[in-house]
Amino acid sequence: MSETATPSQTKTGNRSSLAQELLVPVLAVVTGLIIGAIVIVASGANVFDAYGALFTGSFGSPIRLIEGLQVYFSTGETKELLRAIYPFTESLVTATPYIFAGLSVALGFRAGLFNIGAEGQFFIGALCSAFVGYSVKGLPMIIHLPLAILAGALGGALWGMIPGYLKAKFGAHEVVNTIMMNWIAFRLSDWLLNGPMKASGFRPVTPNVLPTAELPRFFDDPLRFNLGFFLALLVAYLVYWFLFKTTTGFEIRSVGANPDAAKYAGMSIVKNLVLVMALAGGLAGMAGSAQVLGVDHWVGQGFSAGYGFDAIALALLGKSHPFGVVLSALLFGFLRSGATNMQSRAGIPIDIISIIQGLVIVFIAAPAIIRWFYRIRSIKTEETVLTRGWGK
Amino acid sequence: MKKLYFVIAALIVASLVLTACGGGGAASSDAIKVGQVTDLGGIDDKSFNATAYAGAEKAVADFGVEAKYLESTQQSDYNKNIQQFIDEDTDLIVTVGFLLGVDTAVAAKANPETYFAIVDYSYPDCFGTDFVEGQTCGSATELPNVLGLTFATDQAGFLAGYAAAASTQTGKVATFGGINIPPVTIFMIGFEAGVKYYNEQNDANVEVLGWSTAASDGSFTGNFDSLDDGRSFAESFVQEGADIIMPVAGPVGLGSAAYCQETGSCKIIGVDTDWTVSSPEYTDVILTSVMKNMNIAVYDTIKSVVDGNFAGGVYLGTLANGGVGISAVAGASAELNAEIEAAAAALSDGSLTVNGVLGQ
Repeated sequence: MSETATPSQTKTGNRSSLAQELLVPVLAVVTGLIIGAIVIVASGANVFDAYGALFTGSFGSPIRLIEGLQVYFSTGETKELLRAIYPFTESLVTATPYIFAGLSVALGFRAGLFNIGAEGQFFIGALCSAFVGYSVKGLPMIIHLPLAILAGALGGALWGMIPGYLKAKFGAHEVVNTIMMNWIAFRLSDWLLNGPMKASGFRPVTPNVLPTAELPRFFDDPLRFNLGFFLALLVAYLVYWFLFKTTTGFEIRSVGANPDAAKYAGMSIVKNLVLVMALAGGLAGMAGSAQVLGVDHWVGQGFSAGYGFDAIALALLGKSHPFGVVLSALLFGFLRSGATNMQSRAGIPIDIISIIQGLVIVFIAAPAIIRWFYRIRSIKTEETVLTRGWGK
Repeated sequence: MKKLYFVIAALIVASLVLTACGGGGAASSDAIKVGQVTDLGGIDDKSFNATAYAGAEKAVADFGVEAKYLESTQQSDYNKNIQQFIDEDTDLIVTVGFLLGVDTAVAAKANPETYFAIVDYSYPDCFGTDFVEGQTCGSATELPNVLGLTFATDQAGFLAGYAAAASTQTGKVATFGGINIPPVTIFMIGFEAGVKYYNEQNDANVEVLGWSTAASDGSFTGNFDSLDDGRSFAESFVQEGADIIMPVAGPVGLGSAAYCQETGSCKIIGVDTDWTVSSPEYTDVILTSVMKNMNIAVYDTIKSVVDGNFAGGVYLGTLANGGVGISAVAGASAELNAEIEAAAAALSDGSLTVNGVLGQ
């Protein structure tokens, strides 16, 4: 994360500043887990059972892994081994859309825009990818799969571009407009699933995408771990490269840091705002693509449980840096995925994970709490400007 | 900073402890294990997830089975939750709702030792995937470990339609649905038939708004969650002259009930469960409820697993086996109750059929 070079940093200060940057998020997560433990105890459950189940649910049980390896080496039977690694791969599967959606929101933050529309862009991306995935026939995978992903990215980009344009041209606040675009996306998808995109039969779902449009899976059923995860990592690197190594990326960060200065330096605010929102939308759209092409293969009602909204939290946690986003997305993926096991084996409602996530965000948003709690001396760093006020 | 190191040290110790005690897996026990995977409505939806689980809880009390549930919050949870129960060597997995159809079929195929029951769905059905090769779409022979739980709600809807026609003051009754799919419209078809049967028997001319079986179309909100839609649909039906409304759209109907209660201009027919029990605050505007007794179906399925005679295929809940029914009709006269009972008996023995009344 040392590349988040703010002007005040010197080269020699990088290592300690990296530690400083990581300190508050890590402590926020730890504190969230501790308070979560108190809530679990208060609800009358055993906190060791709960977090133990959370751990084995997200990483898998080490004992089982050893047993699985033994069976594999003695008999060549992979079933036990696959069962042992299932939880870990499932966590990565859950993290995949989080990475894309988190990058989307983080990119917006970098330009001083608050993209609350990631959820809607996610839906539109998923629907576009599904449409190309099931309707375009006879293409080889090498063309069909990229085409389906591209469709999702373009759909999301269009959905993000509209609020970006309204903001740049008319000063209409993107928070309001992205929320509105979410509702349009939800109702549009209701209509599409009940009408034009409905599969044969009575259910309001799309047909399955063709095998040529599916992101390849690495293991047999029921393991759903697929290429999408690595695609997400690649895209995260590309976003990092774009933001910090290209002129356009510099312009975007300048617009975010100080729009007036950027304007007088000859940068086009309109162009950059529209571009950022389109890119952010495209990233959220790709989250939907990865989910439909890699995991579900069809879209029905309730396709997303708020990936786009959780993305806001994890972009904050990741300090709007692509690599930070990847780390936070992994954390959220492990928490969310492990929660199923915790719910089942320890009888802890899945909502406890939302509480922990919420607490983490509170601590990130108000780092003073964490600093006070752990008696950390506040260091003078430039706080990232998240959003600007109404209008321009 | 000392405090910080303490916290980190505690965390490391804790993670070691957790790792050590986490590997044991489920405590082995001989009790039959039942797991229910809900759809997006969640376990406390006051509708079919809750009703189905009530059946499991009764089985816990009666047979000493172990029952638990996992809530799905999104589509990709269906598979994950089913896998979780398989991983825990669950004997019977109850999946709720047709959206779990594919995941249930695939899991059942891969785990022939595990029993499955799916509410509101029956195989064979290829889930609209007629052009995908190799998709598991089962049948009782192909998936002998799956029981589809389906319900003849048109029979119960028939009785509710009859009761509505007998109770209306304005000569108009109405119904609307969430979306135009068979599990929803089957209520409305029965309702229309019940009204028509009342007209035939009593030489009346009660009109049904919001659904026509002949046209196979009617009024639909397009969703199962907007209470505002329930309110506005009720309002427009009242303006058209209806005074009894049957909303077949889950919680949307509660919006209609609220409208009726505020204005005093209409009565509501509940669906899925007895609404005077699930939503007692609206008791004064509820005429009756069309009950889909998923609890009985799930209970019977668990019983068959306990008795060792589980059989795959299709369970059809009817008036005759108590799988469907209506709750007490508010303010009904003794004659009306007798007429409803007579109709129920005729529907049960087959001398009266919904399709027969509708001339289909």
